[in-house]
Amino acid sequence: MANAASYRVPAGDRRLILAYIGIALAHLAVGILLGFMQGMEHAGIDLYKYTFLAHYYQGLSMHGVYNALVFTTFFIAGFLHFAVTHSFQRPMKWPALSWVTFWLMTAGLLMVDWALLTNRASVLYTSYAPLQAHWAYYLGLVLIVVGTLLILANMVATYLAWRRESPGQRTPLPAFGALVTMIMWGMASLGIAVQFIFLLLPWSLGWTDRIDPLISRTLFWFTGHPLVYFWLLPAYTSWYFMLPKQAGGKLFSEPLARLAFLLFIPLSLPVGFHHQFLDPGVSTGYKGIHAFLTFAVFMPSMITAFTVLASLELGGRARGGKGLLGWIRTLPWGDPSFTLQALAMVLFALGGVSGLVNASYNLNLVVHNTMFVPGHFHLTVGTAVALTFMAVAYWLVPYLTGKKLWGRKAAVVQGWLWFIGMAIMSRGMSWAGLMGVPRRTALGQAPYVLPEWLTAFNWMALGGAILTVSGVLFFTVLIMTALRGQPAAEGEVDVPLAEPLEDEAVPTYLDRFRPWVIGAAVLVLLAYGPAVVQLVSVANPVSPGFRPY
Amino acid sequence: MHVHPYERMWIRLSAVLLVVFGIAIAVSSLALGVTIPGATPRSVATGLPADATPSQGWVRELGPGRYEVNLVARMWGFEPNVIRVPKGSTVTFYVHSQDVLHGFKIKDTTVSMMAIPGQVGRASYTFEEPGEYLYVCHEYCGLGHHVMSGKVIVE
Repeated sequence: MANAASYRVPAGDRRLILAYIGIALAHLAVGILLGFMQGMEHAGIDLYKYTFLAHYYQGLSMHGVYNALVFTTFFIAGFLHFAVTHSFQRPMKWPALSWVTFWLMTAGLLMVDWALLTNRASVLYTSYAPLQAHWAYYLGLVLIVVGTLLILANMVATYLAWRRESPGQRTPLPAFGALVTMIMWGMASLGIAVQFIFLLLPWSLGWTDRIDPLISRTLFWFTGHPLVYFWLLPAYTSWYFMLPKQAGGKLFSEPLARLAFLLFIPLSLPVGFHHQFLDPGVSTGYKGIHAFLTFAVFMPSMITAFTVLASLELGGRARGGKGLLGWIRTLPWGDPSFTLQALAMVLFALGGVSGLVNASYNLNLVVHNTMFVPGHFHLTVGTAVALTFMAVAYWLVPYLTGKKLWGRKAAVVQGWLWFIGMAIMSRGMSWAGLMGVPRRTALGQAPYVLPEWLTAFNWMALGGAILTVSGVLFFTVLIMTALRGQPAAEGEVDVPLAEPLEDEAVPTYLDRFRPWVIGAAVLVLLAYGPAVVQLVSVANPVSPGFRPY
Repeated sequence: MHVHPYERMWIRLSAVLLVVFGIAIAVSSLALGVTIPGATPRSVATGLPADATPSQGWVRELGPGRYEVNLVARMWGFEPNVIRVPKGSTVTFYVHSQDVLHGFKIKDTTVSMMAIPGQVGRASYTFEEPGEYLYVCHEYCGLGHHVMSGKVIVE
């Protein structure tokens, strides 16, 4: 496979990838703007009255769905399509299906957009029954999920075709990352597939009267936590397999990188009860098992911390860095794509620590549903994932359009502003959470707000404002790249592909998916099976739908 | 598989760290009694006062320094929204939701839980210090979510 870096993905695929990324970023823009309004609301400034939005919670529903579901899913669809076609250097097995999938997901998204914009789905991103949304909202989300499963099918078919064509070769690393992500997600989606198709959709259409909120919630979190690894693994794909090249280094250990990815297939899945530690009706025994397994899924992330950092150190030293920490200074801090991802990792370390707090069984009593939780996930999905996807866009959009990035310096500043803004906002949120401030609450209107909380609220507002400036800068750079970017010469915007430090043999089990999928299925049956049987056997469908928004 | 000695050390240290955290959790939940809600029975607590209906909240003294509170969460308030107990009381809360999901968290205590229709949550806490303890709904429950609060007054 000669000259992989300069291999050009065919024009049709480039258009498809750009379309996914364009939709993703358009929704991110709206999501960021709504985040700004939320920060201002907490500081006592109501901006909602100047918009068509009915209230804070409509904006909050859109903020969560657009940033955490639409931006992530559509960006991942585009990025992983790129990773697969580029790594395998062949078209997808079913090219027509790729476009059918795109239009199906877009149709679903339009239904979701309509329901959210008209205040028919202000149920927040978790869609907790008995809050009920318009059926079009649920159906739209089902279509998006079905689309992701079609992407999985197409990728697996492409992988199998490539295997036949390339006997004896190891799966190229970016495609390997893409496959792990989608296989894990395919298994994880079972929960919301059942919840949306068999519970929420018939209930919202009036075909069924009542629903068991605890079962609905359990199905949601079956998918809801693996969902965060669906967001994270594409970022890891970039950190492991692309970023070392951008830093001038090499992938420190290929076998451990593969092991970390594969571990996510079984360990991402049986952890959902850690979102339900405080749910009455779920046994403490299963909550304890899920707490233990959540700790286990921390391990591949610890491997990632070492391997990726060591890969970057190789780069810093290759670029002349000396001494214990001198290699950090010599890293390419002028390259926006590198800088954004390095900063994303710094905040991700803190996000990992606060995640451990959340997952720590009874320690969760302190932080459950407080502002500490958004303080955590704005460091993970809001920075580790979002900032990395922005970094990817900084080379991928030029690659796809054949235009050089406009305003490299502005892009670097954008990354730093996101880092600073998020550090401030997350600090405010975590602090507020430890003081007992509830999340998902229009705090600017809450009569019970205590004076001691106000400083933390101002931190959130300030951080949110800096993030918004960063967001505006990000979109300015990309739009100017599209409109005014200089045409790039041949080979000028290559794909960053990291080489392993040592070309060592990789055990076969680290290049096969089936044993890991089987292991995951067994683990899920053990960790969920009896608990779900128990919940269903004493099902208590008491709830009609409520639309109090 | 070849693993660099430093990386091997790092992986081992990570595992040790998690084991230490796990032990801390086990000690605090098993020995110190910091517990989370479990699979409690789904009936309203017994001992309904003569003047109360099952859909109302109430406070009942079980004995010296022991209280039981049946707390009803509904859009958008708690019933009762003021609870008075003497200093040093151990209060057991049974939390019911009558419509959508709600949350119940008493500031500066270990009482926090979800209120799920069809389920009953239970938590106990001993109020050693006098003062006012704010409690709020910590799950989004519609337009008036942010006004849902009450307080335990410990005298």
